Amino acid sequence: MKDDVFEYLLRLGDDRLVLGHRLSEWCGHAPIVEEDIALANLALDCIGQASQLLELAGELEGAGRDADALAFFRDPTQFRNCLLVEQPNGDFAQTIARQVLFDAAGAHVLDQLGRSKHERLAAIARKAANEVRYHVRHARDWWLRLGLGTEESHDRLQAALDELWPYTGELVTPDELDTALCRAGIGADLDAVRVWFEREVGELLAAAKLRRPPDTSFGADGGRHGKHSEHLDHLLSEMQCVARAHPEASW
Amino acid sequence: MGARRRRSVRRKTARVSAKPADTQWPLWEVFVQEKSGAAHEHAGSVHAPDAELALQNARDTYARRGPVTSLWVVEARHISATTPEDSPFLLGPGPEKLYRHPRFYKGAKE
Repeated sequence: MKDDVFEYLLRLGDDRLVLGHRLSEWCGHAPIVEEDIALANLALDCIGQASQLLELAGELEGAGRDADALAFFRDPTQFRNCLLVEQPNGDFAQTIARQVLFDAAGAHVLDQLGRSKHERLAAIARKAANEVRYHVRHARDWWLRLGLGTEESHDRLQAALDELWPYTGELVTPDELDTALCRAGIGADLDAVRVWFEREVGELLAAAKLRRPPDTSFGADGGRHGKHSEHLDHLLSEMQCVARAHPEASW
Repeated sequence: MGARRRRSVRRKTARVSAKPADTQWPLWEVFVQEKSGAAHEHAGSVHAPDAELALQNARDTYARRGPVTSLWVVEARHISATTPEDSPFLLGPGPEKLYRHPRFYKGAKE
């Protein structure tokens, strides 16, 4: 069970680490300085959550790895994030669509984990859930404005949605590990999360006059088992290069 | 954030009385209340397309780090301001009998 919790914490932590890094890539490039600050704040929240989750994972593993060791000295096949979060930022609409879709599942995962029998995980989740309430509001407000804005903003958001939709199944489809930890009262119930996800995304699509993309099953998953797109290689090589060039450095 | 705050306060009168000189979203003035019951004080300004996002931008720029209990935003074009030319006769109570000034006792509390 201890190994299961370690693996589960990697999934939760890696989702937020990779998403946080992607959001941080906007720093200095956002459409307007206020949004630059907003996206940087979201990134900092995600990376802070990842740091706590990976620190706990390292403690449970008991092999002397801390959050930095797990973040900077694992290779892509050892990452357990879902494929959605490693997708490139694209245009602003794609970044907003990715955020809305991730949080449509992730916010409910955190709410459930706030009641986990694993008390330290529950404490991290409760703090994170509070931060994510703001992420949800900010991203959904942009979702509505892009969807209902100009023809161009609507079309760009629809294109982003079409592109990212196949990656959403992975967010709400439990595998054996999810099922075991849910039964043990530690992990989230992804079947229940799926119900929330479907309801909320349905409302968001209607509110922004967007078309639901067709459900495909070409297997856009595997992230939980280390099968990633090449996007993650590039992301990690940038994120990890300083730590690997100066392994003992502190600042 | 300190430098940002000073800069935006200094330019306030010019910005609110003139049309925005840029092509960005409208300018919103931000007022921050630091504890319940206290006055909302001008903190600076943000650009935003509408009031809801102005509040969010104000939160991200001025309220993320300190203790803040409430935020106000008002679109700058809704603020009427005196001009520097008006000031001598509109705003000159003179240096004597300062206690007559409604702001005189504000300092005594602090």
